Amino acid sequence: MQKYFKLFIALSSGTLFGLGLMISQMVDPAKVISFLDVFGDWDPSMALVMIGALIVFGSGFWLLLKNKTHSFFGKAINICQSSELTPKLYIGSAIFGIGWGITGICPGPAIANVSSGDIKIYVFILVMILGMKTSEWVKKRV
Amino acid sequence: MTEFTPILSLIGGAIIGLSAIILLFFKGRIAGISGILNDSMTRQRQEILWRWLFILGIALGPLIGLYFGSELPEALDLSWVELIIGAFLVGFGANLGNGCTSGHGICGVGRLSIRSISATVVFMSVAIFVVAILP
Repeated sequence: MQKYFKLFIALSSGTLFGLGLMISQMVDPAKVISFLDVFGDWDPSMALVMIGALIVFGSGFWLLLKNKTHSFFGKAINICQSSELTPKLYIGSAIFGIGWGITGICPGPAIANVSSGDIKIYVFILVMILGMKTSEWVKKRV
Repeated sequence: MTEFTPILSLIGGAIIGLSAIILLFFKGRIAGISGILNDSMTRQRQEILWRWLFILGIALGPLIGLYFGSELPEALDLSWVELIIGAFLVGFGANLGNGCTSGHGICGVGRLSIRSISATVVFMSVAIFVVAILP
């Protein structure tokens, strides 16, 4: 029973995530590019997506979860505790920033767009996964 | 230039935050989309199902959004070259940097993780720079 509830939680949480991406219009690459275009015709809407998400997630985390080591169902909470600033973190984030700046699409919105039926979004997701796998391959060898 | 939509963006953002807190509270997991997507193809079978359901949810969520009058963009205004290069860099960079806009930008910044704050400052600055120099 608990197993099914956990799976239901995963599905519901994902559904809320996709709904939030759509209502906030983060699914629209044009909105994202306008947000990143601070030196041009700047549309700060996407900053408010982040602020809204941070208010809810931040208060939930600091009020409910800060001192918890286990989830509601007793599983260890899986959070990276490292504070090590590695070259991989900086290089990876910079590369991600280039791709995000070119397309205006990050992984969540890419998935949220699948029901649009646009062939380009399927290609985006496949190539993005290929990029992830390539990085895994590189990490094993460097 | 797109229209400024403060209320909808704030509400949508709050829903995303709620989703992330639910996943962490009940499942003990960070709602980092790139990590969940990558691990959905690599981990053992019993660890895969919840990830696939989470991803399925992200795809289904917008169908509910239609009832609230939201819309998905009709066609992506990107050339094939931009699309393919950009998508590869998004996947490669998110994997190498251990996270993207969701895992670092929301969950990590929300917990005041120094790694995630650094990552977010880097990818935001780089993306702003790229948009500024691209025609």
